[in-house]
Amino acid sequence: MSFGGLKALDGIDLYVERGEIVALIGPNGAGKTTFFNCISGIYAPTEGDIFIMKPQAGTAKRINGLKPNQVTSKGLARTFQNIRLFQNMTVLENVMMGRHVRTNAGIAGAIFRNRKTRDEEKQIVERSYGIIKKIGLAYYVNECAKNLPYGAQRRLEIARAIATEPFLLLLDEPAAGMNPQETKELDMLIQRIRDEENISILLIEHDMKLVMSISERIYVVDYGKKIAEGTPEEIKINPEVIKAYLGEDAY
Amino acid sequence: MRKFAEIRKSLYVALWFIFLTFPIMVIRINPLEKTVEWRWMNMALVGIGTFFLSFLWRYLISKKEEGSKRAEEKQNEKISKLRRLIENRKIIAGSVVAGALLAAVFPFVVSLYQTNIMTTALIYVMLGLGLNIVVGLAGLLDLGYVAFYAVGAYAYALLNYHFGLNFWMVLPVGAALGALFGILLGFPVLRLRGDYLAIVTLGFGEIIRLILENWNEFSFGPSGISNISRPPLFGIELSVQNATVYMYYIMIFLCLVTIFIVKRLQDSRIGRAWVALREDEVACQAMGIDRTKTKLTAFALGATWAGMGGVVFAAKTTFVNPASFTIWESIIILCIVVLGGMGSVIGVITGAFIIILLPEYLRVFSEFRMLMFGIILVVMMVFRPGGIISGVRRTYKFEGKNF
Repeated sequence: MSFGGLKALDGIDLYVERGEIVALIGPNGAGKTTFFNCISGIYAPTEGDIFIMKPQAGTAKRINGLKPNQVTSKGLARTFQNIRLFQNMTVLENVMMGRHVRTNAGIAGAIFRNRKTRDEEKQIVERSYGIIKKIGLAYYVNECAKNLPYGAQRRLEIARAIATEPFLLLLDEPAAGMNPQETKELDMLIQRIRDEENISILLIEHDMKLVMSISERIYVVDYGKKIAEGTPEEIKINPEVIKAYLGEDAY
Repeated sequence: MRKFAEIRKSLYVALWFIFLTFPIMVIRINPLEKTVEWRWMNMALVGIGTFFLSFLWRYLISKKEEGSKRAEEKQNEKISKLRRLIENRKIIAGSVVAGALLAAVFPFVVSLYQTNIMTTALIYVMLGLGLNIVVGLAGLLDLGYVAFYAVGAYAYALLNYHFGLNFWMVLPVGAALGALFGILLGFPVLRLRGDYLAIVTLGFGEIIRLILENWNEFSFGPSGISNISRPPLFGIELSVQNATVYMYYIMIFLCLVTIFIVKRLQDSRIGRAWVALREDEVACQAMGIDRTKTKLTAFALGATWAGMGGVVFAAKTTFVNPASFTIWESIIILCIVVLGGMGSVIGVITGAFIIILLPEYLRVFSEFRMLMFGIILVVMMVFRPGGIISGVRRTYKFEGKNF
């Protein structure tokens, strides 16, 4: 991915297996979020390909160049680094928006409210409430999203993403601004999402404690280039990574 | 002590105003007699006037702040009380019955003139509800809404003139043409937001008006089209009085249809997508909502009501010309939506009645109409930014609990 003369991403190869939790780390400005934006369709990559392979389909499908909504309908959902909730909608409605891509009532259905639309609407509400309960936001269900405490807003973003029924969840700094207790809860939540919903996870995170405890594999990028990959243990002792984070002459 | 500070501040404001307005309010130079006239009386009036206005303003602001603090302490008790009042079934049923009765007997208890005004107000209710879809729900600031109104009006005028089609035949055509033009406008502005969108839609509104004004062969230019037939009642031609009353009932019916449909749209999958689009476009797309489709449906459905409103307008006045579709119409409809409460159906209805009926009954102040408009809007934005009756998000009950 390049913007004019600036190469923001340069040959980063990355894969996520089914049911894996993979972390993408790197110093500020390394290109992590740009990478996410390429995957989720906000930018169209200038070079390179993104493939998804669903177990039932068998063959790999190229998804780069699709619009964000098409990417979501293919089964990739994301959260944002700076929370992007629908501020003036209730918690439930936020999650209901996630169901939008899996439902298809049209204008006529909305006006005449036939049986199909009513059933669909009921199913949207019920499933959304189920997800909210699972994430632990049932107490706030009718509250406006903007009135939620910070940690709850982060979790609501995850709930909203899960509602789109993804097979891969892209989390962009889910623990940013959380206190240690909240981070610990988030750790358990992410593992539960993986185990119970069978969703693979790719996350960007700066909280190393969380990254090391949760992820099975880690990719490290710096200046748009991949500098290391491996298990948390391997990454911890990798000299390239230490150099990128701490500088040349240190230790 | 706080009062004293307030008075002092108001005093400063008054002094400032005296200073600023001194050259125009106090000094008058007579170039013929080469004399300077000092109007000290004006200075005193400016000083006293601004002092009191400034003090009143401060008083209201502090009152409002106190009020919001108290509301926070009581956990929005006041708001929820009002909401409960609005949501109370008995009160709703009562007011609906009362409203229906009032609406039904209205033309028989008041003069024809009043009925006529009420019909106009109802047209604006319809226009306001249509624009509410675009501005209130989808958050797309549309300043060219009157163009669709013009499309509807001219559709009826021209089809009636050339082919003799009657009102009921053209009503759906007007609606469809409105929707078509909505999509036509929607395509080029898909990528625009906020101010840029406002400017382009404004331009679109003016383009339609200028075409109607200048394309003489098509629209008969500024002289317009007259003698448009009124809506027939089962093929019977009605007298002017009866036609006015009939028009009123048609409008009541159309308004009810509009309210019903807009309410249902608002509370549907599409309605939620519109609101989400207003709230955050990027997140909205990441949630799998097709931005193009959602925006175009908002434009099309909003314009549909303007198209229908235009047909009714042409049938009511039996005369159309481009002067009826200036930018001011757009502004007035926008004011209805903003003043009444964006995204709130009952708010928009209230807004339409206030903005259309008040000037009719306050003809004495007609010279100050625009001034009043401005003052009301500024005061509203400070004290009730959400409109007279702002929209409330729907709440759901789960497991018998109301959270």
